[in-house]
Amino acid sequence: MADTTHDHAHGHDAHGHDHHDHKPGFVARWFFSTNHKDIGTLYLIFAVVGGVVGGILSEIMRAQLQFPNNHIVTDGQQWNTIITTHGLLMIFFSVMPALIGGFGNWFIPLMIGAPDMAFPRLNNISFWLLPPAFVLICIGLFMGESGSGWTLYPPLSNATYEHGMGMDCTLFALHLAGASSLLGAMNFITTIFNMRAPGMTMHKLPLFVWASLVTAWLLVLAVPVLAGAITMLICDRNFGTAFFDPQGGGDPVLFQHLFWFFGHPEVYIMILPGFGVISHVISTFSKKPVFGYLGMVYAMVGIGVVGFVVWAHHMYLSGMDVDTRAYFMGATMVIAVPTGVKIFSWIATMWGGSIEFKTPMLWAIGFLFVFTIGGVTGVVCANAGIDEVIHNTYYVIAHFHYVLSLGAVFSIFCGFYYWIGKMSGRQYPEFWGRVHFWLFFIGVNLTFFPQHFLGLAGMPRRYPDYPDAFAGWNYVSSVGSYISGVSMLVFMYVCFKTFTSKVPVADNYWGEGATTLEWTQSSPPAFHTYTELPRIL
Amino acid sequence: MKLLRRFYAALTITILAPLAMPGAHGAFAQAPKPWEVGMQPAANLIKQKIIDLHDLVFWIIALTTVFVAALLVVVMVRFNAKANPVPSRTSHHTGLEIAWTVIPVLLLVVMSIPSFRLIYYQDRTPNPDLTIKVVAHQWYWEYAYPDQGDFSIESRYVRDEDLKPGQLRLLDVDNQMVVPVGKNIRILTSSPEVIHSFFVPSLGVQRYAIPGRTIETWFSVDRPGVYYGQCNQICGADHSKMPIAVHAVSEQEFKTWTEQQKKSADAGAPAGAPPRLLAATDTTANQVQR
Repeated sequence: MADTTHDHAHGHDAHGHDHHDHKPGFVARWFFSTNHKDIGTLYLIFAVVGGVVGGILSEIMRAQLQFPNNHIVTDGQQWNTIITTHGLLMIFFSVMPALIGGFGNWFIPLMIGAPDMAFPRLNNISFWLLPPAFVLICIGLFMGESGSGWTLYPPLSNATYEHGMGMDCTLFALHLAGASSLLGAMNFITTIFNMRAPGMTMHKLPLFVWASLVTAWLLVLAVPVLAGAITMLICDRNFGTAFFDPQGGGDPVLFQHLFWFFGHPEVYIMILPGFGVISHVISTFSKKPVFGYLGMVYAMVGIGVVGFVVWAHHMYLSGMDVDTRAYFMGATMVIAVPTGVKIFSWIATMWGGSIEFKTPMLWAIGFLFVFTIGGVTGVVCANAGIDEVIHNTYYVIAHFHYVLSLGAVFSIFCGFYYWIGKMSGRQYPEFWGRVHFWLFFIGVNLTFFPQHFLGLAGMPRRYPDYPDAFAGWNYVSSVGSYISGVSMLVFMYVCFKTFTSKVPVADNYWGEGATTLEWTQSSPPAFHTYTELPRIL
Repeated sequence: MKLLRRFYAALTITILAPLAMPGAHGAFAQAPKPWEVGMQPAANLIKQKIIDLHDLVFWIIALTTVFVAALLVVVMVRFNAKANPVPSRTSHHTGLEIAWTVIPVLLLVVMSIPSFRLIYYQDRTPNPDLTIKVVAHQWYWEYAYPDQGDFSIESRYVRDEDLKPGQLRLLDVDNQMVVPVGKNIRILTSSPEVIHSFFVPSLGVQRYAIPGRTIETWFSVDRPGVYYGQCNQICGADHSKMPIAVHAVSEQEFKTWTEQQKKSADAGAPAGAPPRLLAATDTTANQVQR
């Protein structure tokens, strides 16, 4: 993060504060919005809704798995629909809208000194494609007809085994959500390339903007492949084609290749913006510039590039040639290196700092810890030989929840506490923020750490019922999930306290450590910011 | 309270079940254990090699995690605002940056050498003693013995109400896959409808069963006993109800068993009927893939 940016642009907006801010009326403002901040807010609200529904589903799952014997969801098809919807909701309707749509829309223009996104109307439709997608996916859920797992592997997802319309609704929901991400990504790329304030060179871009830029490229290159794959799947289901049907000369493994060519970059799409958030928070609360800025930037670019050539490590058991497996294993291990660079650079940023443990910093340090665990178990999974006995087991569940449900979600809460004052102009309650952090930290670790044990012992994923020997750790895991459920109630209370708070916050309420451009704006920022462009020295 | 009682009941079952097991089978059995924290013990060299590699990787990742956690603690103690009110402005150190790039690379090289050797060892057996075709169905397994008289058996889970004392819920089956001890067994997986996964943790073997193709892998078993596994790829409503039980017996017992199976298969088939073909092989799969 350019440490030069703090002496730019004073006073430019001093007169902008009493704004010629004619805000449109309610309907025009929130339904036909073209303002990046309002659209960002819509995305954040949407992410909370998606996360709450997905979270309720996960509590149902943990309640079911708390004891053996199938006592809540007794129908396997219904169970499969719940796990499918949980996965899709959390990915497409919670993590991505929060990190990319929410924080991305809010802070990319503010950080690069742009008045708005490059294509404000495109931005509007990017958001408004999501609610209908959400409705469609809920139709799939309530019809109980999308029981293929979020990976949608045919033949289980084709018309013979999932004949209902619910599966089509789910697939179409992904089309809409994919189009939404694609349009958003193009908008971000154009904005970042063309609308940087004078003097804001690429190597001065704040890391969150870099992270979003890499993410946007990943989206542009990966999402069309998913769109192609599900289009073929929809055709197989409804129009008599046989892309993935061996009886018509098709191949189910082709779908796996296409899906994971999208699916693997997708996991970096979810975590990279989180990396950006964490960099800002650690730098702010250590009161130091980010250590090894260029290394951080090119580590993210490297992760993005290598992320495209490792997809088949999800398919070690799909009958690929052993040499192919060896290649994908080697390539996958390589990713540990840039990821390690990031972890160590964050610690080096804190080293020598003067650290204040405000709530956002707690989340950031928590992130480093859980992301390290999730990262190193990823190295275990990368070994195709070991994967032979942990593939599709709870070990994998634990691994990707440590990087996503803990890593990405920690970064979302980190960003929330870091920026909520900026976005709303109100102070969050510090005490309840800490309570939220500790409850969630204990809850999720208790939920997911024992799942490593279950996986090593061989418990398969996507099981509504399991042999009795797995009962012990499943019980512990369920208790953990209830604790994290309670922490979400605390989060709701935090939101309530924040939005009803009368305590105003300063423009730069974090003080000297916060050096990026958004802190030069008022809290909340004017409806239209940067009516005069800042100049970065 | 009711939930709590159920929990204790479940716990009691889980603790007692393994004790009761040997009595039921009169032999060694390898199933998951309550509160297990590591891999199921090895029943052959493949799994032993997996465990050895996992041990190596585990120590590397555990030490890495402890190292990172220790650094975090040091940073929080030494560099909090009270202990260190004036932050430094250091943001570069070329030596450090090279070190934390090169050292992880070296660690990866250390683990990748045994890892590459392992996958080539696991891949196929050069000289199989017998072949078993594993055909996965919604929701049962079919095991065919093409070179032992070309018969096949179907293996279904034991329903709760039919469980005999000592049998394991969702692990025991009506007809086990019987294999001879100490032989290299080639496994060919396939499926006529949706994807399943043939997974026996203690034998270190797992492969998808995919419609339209036949996938090859192998295992052997070192000592007589029953080795449990489960279907490990989502395959529809009863995904959790198609366990695998591999029963390893001496070569003599295996001979006797195959003779019996052949006889009952011949008795079952109408006279003059062509030898029974597997559903998957007659329609689709004709090429063996690695």
